[in-house]
Amino acid sequence: MGAPSPDADLQAFLLRMGDSCLILGHRISEWCGHAPALEDDIAMANVALDLIGHTRLWLELAGEVEGAGRSADDLAFLRDADGFRNVLLVELPNGDFGNTLMRQFLFDAWHVPKLRGLSASSDTRVAGVAQTAVREATYHLSRSTDLVVRLGDGTAESHRRMQAALDRLWPYTFDLLDVDDAETALAAAGVVPQAAEVAGAWHDHVEAALAEATLVAPADGPEHRGGRSGFHTEHLGYILAEMQFLQRAYPGAVW
Amino acid sequence: MARPSVEQVWDWLAGVPDPEIPVVSVVDLGIVRDVEWQGEELVVTVTPTYSGCPATGVIQLDIEARLRECGVENPRLVRRLSPPWTTAWISSGGRARLESWGIAPPVEGRASTGLPVPCPRCGSGRTERISEFGSTPCKAAYRCVDCLEPFDYFKCL
Ligand SMILES: [Zn+2]
Repeated sequence: MGAPSPDADLQAFLLRMGDSCLILGHRISEWCGHAPALEDDIAMANVALDLIGHTRLWLELAGEVEGAGRSADDLAFLRDADGFRNVLLVELPNGDFGNTLMRQFLFDAWHVPKLRGLSASSDTRVAGVAQTAVREATYHLSRSTDLVVRLGDGTAESHRRMQAALDRLWPYTFDLLDVDDAETALAAAGVVPQAAEVAGAWHDHVEAALAEATLVAPADGPEHRGGRSGFHTEHLGYILAEMQFLQRAYPGAVW
Repeated sequence: MARPSVEQVWDWLAGVPDPEIPVVSVVDLGIVRDVEWQGEELVVTVTPTYSGCPATGVIQLDIEARLRECGVENPRLVRRLSPPWTTAWISSGGRARLESWGIAPPVEGRASTGLPVPCPRCGSGRTERISEFGSTPCKAAYRCVDCLEPFDYFKCL
């Protein structure tokens, strides 16, 4: 496989994938040792591990495409918040366990069709990463969907919490499904799937699961966007402060 | 030393255990995809199991260390992602060793369905899934209804 010349559109897209996995992986690792049951604790840590694994593959490729010699670690630890391209949804605080699961469900329902489309990418490097990642993401989706249905259609209290989580997170799904010129151009070249295809799959899955969970998505309300342009919520800075501290304080530290 | 044959190298690699399930080797798992000499370099192509598998880095080091120990001066490890690793690449010997170790080997079509898999301890088909995620990303946690023992199931991928 030939190495194409540095491509700004592809680089931006790879950062979006890598950063979204990195920030969500970091967020859910906060549950390690705190989840309500041992199995959930282990599941959460496993999903976090998978996502950090995906991060490494996407950011390595982003560094390779950029061609400036930056490693996945350089990209993860030495960029500021406005350089991050993750979807806004993943940087939001965990809240309670129900909120964390709802966020995971909304993300997984996007992640799986996205990776399915990317598995057939005209860029073999992108396809290789996606083919590995999609099988893991499919497990994540099956788990988060199952739990959203069980908690939504559970007790009055679990239903109330899941509905509150959905109301809180829904405005950020507009950012999740957002498209820009760079991605439209990549889709035209067959590098990434058409945005409408992914959004359609997302809506189908989410609507069916929410109906089963007896939960109702807000009909109107705010629509947040901005992750792909580097406009983030105030929460991202705090995550980076914790995650990047060591490399910032002791540049080049290794163990 | 004389340049070892590719067959010899495969033999050596068959002695490199998986760091988390030492009863199976990296060759049993099917993650070593290719061994070939390119000039003076011995190129070993490896396909990782799970992208989040913490053992991946250790496996690479173990393979390289083993080859150097056997006198290979220029081993080079190459990562190949496509086609992705699948549990179908686990050798029949590897499957048997997994089972003897108490881990139910992957069953085709049981990716995330939660359907029962035979208990590696008593052979009963009456088992249930406790959690889709077990002690590592590649395993799910199951319980046997008959002998009541919990066990790991190596998920079909
Ligand atoms: Zn049994």
